[in-house]
Amino acid sequence: MDVLYFAWVRERIGIPREAVETQAGTVMDLVEELRGKEERYAAAFADISALRVAVDQQLTDFDASLSGAREVAFFPPMTGG
Amino acid sequence: MRVVVQEAPFDFGVEAAAFAEGRAVSGAVVTFTGIVRDVDGGLQAMEIEHYPGMTESALTDIAAEAKTRWSLEDALVIHRHGRLEVGEMIMMVATAARHRKDAFEAAEFLMDYLKSRAPFWKREVTADGADWVAARDEDEDALTRW
Repeated sequence: MDVLYFAWVRERIGIPREAVETQAGTVMDLVEELRGKEERYAAAFADISALRVAVDQQLTDFDASLSGAREVAFFPPMTGG
Repeated sequence: MRVVVQEAPFDFGVEAAAFAEGRAVSGAVVTFTGIVRDVDGGLQAMEIEHYPGMTESALTDIAAEAKTRWSLEDALVIHRHGRLEVGEMIMMVATAARHRKDAFEAAEFLMDYLKSRAPFWKREVTADGADWVAARDEDEDALTRW
């Protein structure tokens, strides 16, 4: 599964995307796995209320299923316009 | 309906004229343009990051939603990314409807939604460095009125 990071999440983790081997059933399960990888991940995912998530380019919630998902993206609240 | 995401500048006059040209059903065209402004006198540039692929689909979904809620003949959204200087145009929306109320309301709806639901992130560059712009509660609250 491809995991993408944007804005300060990308900066904190240090890479824009990576391929992750995971059996995570939900977004939150994936977050827990990532938190356990390294300190920079734990820092980026310390407060998920400050984050938003998209699964296969659709905004969703942290309890969303990852069944069949190809791409998950984490980023701060959007500031377009 | 047209959605454009690009780094290059766009010509607001040309886009607005082309959008309004040849309308027969629509009696009203509304346009809005967002410009990089320097609030505190120290802004050197605005950098806009986006999520290629999702940006286009999110904007298309928002424009399609506007068409279901208002009697719109057409809608246009152009949004830039990359580095923009103070005074440059960031984005524009245009709506065409039979009556002006639909055109105005749909344009406001598009603006409110693309601020908080399209994957763009702004970063302000000043002499002190660069900082990500925090999302404002008012922008999220603005969605509840629709």
